[in-house]
Amino acid sequence: MKFESTAPPHLRPARNVTRVMGEVLLALVPATAAWVWFFGPGLLYNMAVAVAVAVACEAGALALRQRPVGPQLADLSAVVTAVLLAFCLPPLTPWWITATGAAFAILFAKQLYGGLGHNPFNPAMAGYVVLLISFPEQMTRWLPPLGDTLGLAAAAPDAWQTLRFTLTGSLPQSLSWDAISGATPLDDLKTQLSLARTVSEIREAPLYGSMGGRGWEWIANWIALGGIYLLWRRIIRWQIPVAVILGTCVPAAFFWLIDPGSHPPPSFHLFSGATLLCAFFIATDPVSAATSRSGRLVYGFGIGVLIFVIRSWGGYPDGVAFAVLLMNMAVPAIDHFTRPRTYGHAN
Amino acid sequence: MSQPQLWRFHGGLKLDPRTAGPAGEPIGLVPVPKRLVLPLSQHVGQPAEPVVSPGERVLKGQPIARPGGYIGAKVHASSSGTVVEIADHAVPHPSGLAAPCIVIETDGLDEAWSGYEPVPEFASLSAADLRARVRAAGVVGLGGAAFPTAVKLGAGSGLKLLILNGAECEPYICCDELLLRERPESVLTGAQVLLQALEIDRCCIAVEDDKPRAREALENAIAAMGESRIEVVAVPAIYPEGGERQLIKVLTGEEVPARGVPPDIGYLCQNVGTAAAVARAVLHGEPLISRIVTVTGGGVVRPRNLEVRLGTPMADLVQACGGYTEGADHLLMGGAMMGFPLAEDSLPVIKATNCVVVASREEIRPRQPAMPCIRCGEGAEICPAQLLPQQLYWHARAGELDQLDEFHLFDCIECGCCDVVCPSQLPLTQYFRYAKTELWARDRDRIRSDLARERFEARQERLEAEQAARKRRLEEKTRAAEKTRGDEAARKALIDDALERVQARRARDEDAEGNDDAGSGR
Repeated sequence: MKFESTAPPHLRPARNVTRVMGEVLLALVPATAAWVWFFGPGLLYNMAVAVAVAVACEAGALALRQRPVGPQLADLSAVVTAVLLAFCLPPLTPWWITATGAAFAILFAKQLYGGLGHNPFNPAMAGYVVLLISFPEQMTRWLPPLGDTLGLAAAAPDAWQTLRFTLTGSLPQSLSWDAISGATPLDDLKTQLSLARTVSEIREAPLYGSMGGRGWEWIANWIALGGIYLLWRRIIRWQIPVAVILGTCVPAAFFWLIDPGSHPPPSFHLFSGATLLCAFFIATDPVSAATSRSGRLVYGFGIGVLIFVIRSWGGYPDGVAFAVLLMNMAVPAIDHFTRPRTYGHAN
Repeated sequence: MSQPQLWRFHGGLKLDPRTAGPAGEPIGLVPVPKRLVLPLSQHVGQPAEPVVSPGERVLKGQPIARPGGYIGAKVHASSSGTVVEIADHAVPHPSGLAAPCIVIETDGLDEAWSGYEPVPEFASLSAADLRARVRAAGVVGLGGAAFPTAVKLGAGSGLKLLILNGAECEPYICCDELLLRERPESVLTGAQVLLQALEIDRCCIAVEDDKPRAREALENAIAAMGESRIEVVAVPAIYPEGGERQLIKVLTGEEVPARGVPPDIGYLCQNVGTAAAVARAVLHGEPLISRIVTVTGGGVVRPRNLEVRLGTPMADLVQACGGYTEGADHLLMGGAMMGFPLAEDSLPVIKATNCVVVASREEIRPRQPAMPCIRCGEGAEICPAQLLPQQLYWHARAGELDQLDEFHLFDCIECGCCDVVCPSQLPLTQYFRYAKTELWARDRDRIRSDLARERFEARQERLEAEQAARKRRLEEKTRAAEKTRGDEAARKALIDDALERVQARRARDEDAEGNDDAGSGR
């Protein structure tokens, strides 16, 4: 009797790239819901634009590169990039800005390097940084949490007005930027500190919650929940999230203890801006991260420290994107110096 | 029994053992087949050399081939009959190539040869004598590697501990478990013989914690024998714990040096089946002519373990298990992780055949198309050799052989764990096997080209030196001739001088010829 040949091992992997990416998207669902709750449906529109453009760019680039388009689109990596990019954008962002960011992320930061697995930089962060330096005004024009209900703004755009803004880039006659917009807590803190006010004074404003910014801290909670889900599902390992959090908190605690008047406590850093999104979802992108256990600790800690440094002394209110890209550059060196010892070899 | 301290080896996988069927059945027997095909190379080392010729009648247990070198093993007839040919036949080997085999047509009498003296009281035998008996019986490692046991026994001195490996961590395989459950005494007696052959007095038998019946049987037998030198250790069931490097790490916390062997750090590993074979060889004078084989998988009607004569075609094993089911699509020798595919079931069982798997397409699913590596690092998390599979894959794809060497490709034990966790479905183990052959080929080429270059350079040097010497002589002569230009007397003196030298030499030569005998007598 004759038999079919198959090379060992004969057990097949239980997971595939599509599953991994799908779990990441699933883990972002609670945070998305919280985001929409506090800042309105803008995120959903931005996501739709980013995903459409990212997938189209990915398909086009794969076709030009004569790669199998279907299977590689099905890995969902372009969708994850687009969704993470959308998470960084203000609720009111015209579609062409979102599209520019998504296209840059996929075409320049990913496909030009050889597609999935070959990109040295996190594509979502590369796309966001391009937007941040190209459209500085639009990128910092946020809405206050819960629209006008806290008295932080005179009016708030509804779902329809938000959609119209996304499509046209202009507000309806009845709304003005002055009436609806507000700074993010990190932005506000930076401005107020430069006006020689103390942190405790600043944080008394209704913009601030008990940990970070109002609304922001809740989104951060739901992000952490999604992150814990990913840890439980073993989609990510603990080293990078823990190291990012420590990297942000350790220097933050140090400066806060020295000078609590001009440095917010570590909990504020953790629950404001994109720290936790970075810790669980962005820095953990395996392609652009360090690979060994100790390497991941170094990589994550570096990102955390850079987030704190850029926030405290840099020109931008949040530093996540720059911190990630800077540490992406350091990955080859980190990998080189943190190679694990092979069994039976001396160190 | 108290459990000693255990360590962990890096990574590994918890796998479904898939032994429920055969582990519930007692060890069965396979009838004597019509033809036995006994490959001359069933072990690591030089192939054996036939000592019988076609037409000769042989008895069960009679040597039919002698070791081809120090690292080699005898082959014995596994039943009585007539040698019909010594020729190339297909053998169970990953290459699928044919190799020399001795073919015996059996006579069904199973008449035994009694050339080896049974020594039930082996305590009187010296270590060297025991090794010689083990060597004569053709015993090799039965865990799958088939390294000649006598060679291994002679390898080390100053050993601390004998480790009997009963950790069958690979899915499908349970021949050692059944052996331990049904014949614990033979394993223990084997352990005693091995201890005496190694002149040490500590042995530990490692059995996985999910095989309580095997451990219980061993412990009862140890108690019955009153043996205090041997202890049973339950080790966690993590693949590939049965690898000797991993097992040593778990039991001792020590690591075998990368280019070394366990005796370098004072340990010697033997499979439990090997120990039982050693006991049979020494106590009963029985050579290695049969072994226990797990016959399993969804393609077999009644999976079970069988005591099989070496040389029996695998089809007979399946027959003894009730035949094939509908889903008999793959045939493997070995387990689910490292077992290699066989093309047909006419291949013989050899000393290394611990398991025969007949699997359906549902059990061994086809590979999904490979996706790009996303550097997830899962491979590195589970690699028991602490390698970086994603890095190795990168360099293997790029053909960067120096990098592969630097990332310790040769420490890869090909356990297949990285394949099983790879979300991109990359056939990593295949890449690494291929890359190893590339590296070997390069090193061979390098040695060859180094040799050729050295030869070439030596020749070049020699030619240059000769040329230089010739040139020098010519120059000297020219200079001498130059000096005498215009001085006829000097020229004549020079010529006379030369003539005189020639004559003197001639005279000397004749003289030497004439005095040849005297010269030699001097």
